[in-house]
Amino acid sequence: MTILKILIRRNVKLFFKDKGMFFTSLITPCILLVLYATFLGNVYADSFLAALPENHGLPSKLIDGLVAGQLMSSLLAVSCVTVSFCANFLMVQDKANGVIKDLRITPVRTGILSLSYYISSFLSAWIICMIATVVSLFYVWTMGWYLSAGDVLSVMLDVFLLVLFGTALSSIINLFLSTQGQISAVGSVISGGYGFICGAYMPISSFGTGLQKAVMFLPGTYGTSLLRNHCVSGVFAEMQKQGLPAQAVKPLQDMLDCNLYFFGTEVTTYAMYGILVGAVILLMGGYILLHKSKN
Amino acid sequence: MDPIIEIKNLSKSFGDVKAVQDLSLQVREGELFAFLGINGAGKSTTINIMCGQLSKDGGHICIDGADLDQNPQHIKEKLGVVFQNSVLDSALSVYDNLQSRAALYGLTGKAFVRRMEELSELLEFKDLLKRAVGKLSGGQRRRVDIARALIHKPKVLILDEPTTGLDPKTRNILWNVITDLRKNENLTVFLTTHYMEEAGEADYVVILDSGRIAAQGTPLELKNAYTADHVTLYGVDEEVVQSMQVSYAGSKDTWQLAVPNTQKATELIIQYPHIFKDYEITKGKMDDVFLAVTGKKLEGGAEK
Repeated sequence: MTILKILIRRNVKLFFKDKGMFFTSLITPCILLVLYATFLGNVYADSFLAALPENHGLPSKLIDGLVAGQLMSSLLAVSCVTVSFCANFLMVQDKANGVIKDLRITPVRTGILSLSYYISSFLSAWIICMIATVVSLFYVWTMGWYLSAGDVLSVMLDVFLLVLFGTALSSIINLFLSTQGQISAVGSVISGGYGFICGAYMPISSFGTGLQKAVMFLPGTYGTSLLRNHCVSGVFAEMQKQGLPAQAVKPLQDMLDCNLYFFGTEVTTYAMYGILVGAVILLMGGYILLHKSKN
Repeated sequence: MDPIIEIKNLSKSFGDVKAVQDLSLQVREGELFAFLGINGAGKSTTINIMCGQLSKDGGHICIDGADLDQNPQHIKEKLGVVFQNSVLDSALSVYDNLQSRAALYGLTGKAFVRRMEELSELLEFKDLLKRAVGKLSGGQRRRVDIARALIHKPKVLILDEPTTGLDPKTRNILWNVITDLRKNENLTVFLTTHYMEEAGEADYVVILDSGRIAAQGTPLELKNAYTADHVTLYGVDEEVVQSMQVSYAGSKDTWQLAVPNTQKATELIIQYPHIFKDYEITKGKMDDVFLAVTGKKLEGGAEK
């Protein structure tokens, strides 16, 4: 246990001492938030207004709150996975600069080494994502706050699970990487591509039917939907309180991927949690098996 | 004395490249064992197999009575390795580095602090403990590398070109420490080096060429087998040197006479006592041995 603790401390220290890695991880979500708010805020607001019935009479603050909730959920859905990849690149760096040789000549079991990478990457990414959550909550507060304490706690749970998922996924992919060039390549692909396939940059409802069906097989999609639900449910509740009929709210929820349909069947929130947790367990199991076979 | 390292018929190939071919050797406890060869001769492959970093294609390795295939954990506890390049965490302090590595051998708490203090005194880096490893000079970093390799009191220290690129002062410190450890703790040292003068200090030398042993023996045995002696004669004219009818080189008043061995040198001196007033007899150098055995020359890490 002491060995694992010391190894985790080493890994976390290295992540936070590597200013390039740490600041990139920290700044990326903040930059995403600013870019989203600057370039996509109005686009989202216009599309929401277009989806609402004419003369809806809702205050603009409510629309702003919906846009902010949408942006926050997208940002966190992407960051939880990309930051996990970033934190877990330490595993690859250790291979690239030969440090892993120094660790593997010791009697410590390789399983302990792998576990230390997993836990430390999770911790580093979780810290960064919690900072991103706080910054996002502040942004939502300035735009229009309709979140309950339960929503905030649920968002934190979603972030926790998505970071676990991102760390497990990155652990498997990183097993096959060994150079700085590969780190850069995979980093670019993940940060550029993940946001699209998980429905963060563009709602899944706007994809073609075939693509919609394909992304429903990806666990990250459900993480995004969970976050989306918890970030905007307060706004929808307030809309209904202000007289907007439920039939008018549902298309908006569908448009924002709060409701997901797996081949026509609506996926419940519990099922989404089940899929995400199941994916984490499956990926971790795969990581352990792959690791054993590689050694 | 029983060997502490015993390698039998070791072989390893990478595709068509036969890195190590049927290698067998023994290292006795407390010995300074030099393992020589040009880059690509198979030294690092052998070391990596010994450390459990690489799998072997065939053969057996036994270290401190434990078979590598059956009890690699025991071997890992007994080995300390100084790699060619420093493999410590540059961003962390010397203290943090040593602490994290010591923990991997189960050395934590007060036991770690005691050992760290011993080593920092021995290797003169007490004032560097809080400095980041990445900010140390090459010599300072090497001292910390050696401390890391010794942190768990290994029985065998593997030094893979430990002094390449180091200044003479740091080389001196390192060799003094290693000599002390051999004397006081009976540490076995398995050395690869490109500095032939270091190999000349070894108890036993193995020269590897293309993955096979090309020559082995004590430095004296190798010098006697593969090199000639030289008699350096001072203060005589060239005509006098010519009169002895031996091959020679030199100029003005310093001449090197080539003789097959020390006995022939003695005979020459006895034959011409009036010429040999000021002279010295020197054996061939390890560089000459290496050149004679492999046909290649090693100087400061590069094949010539």
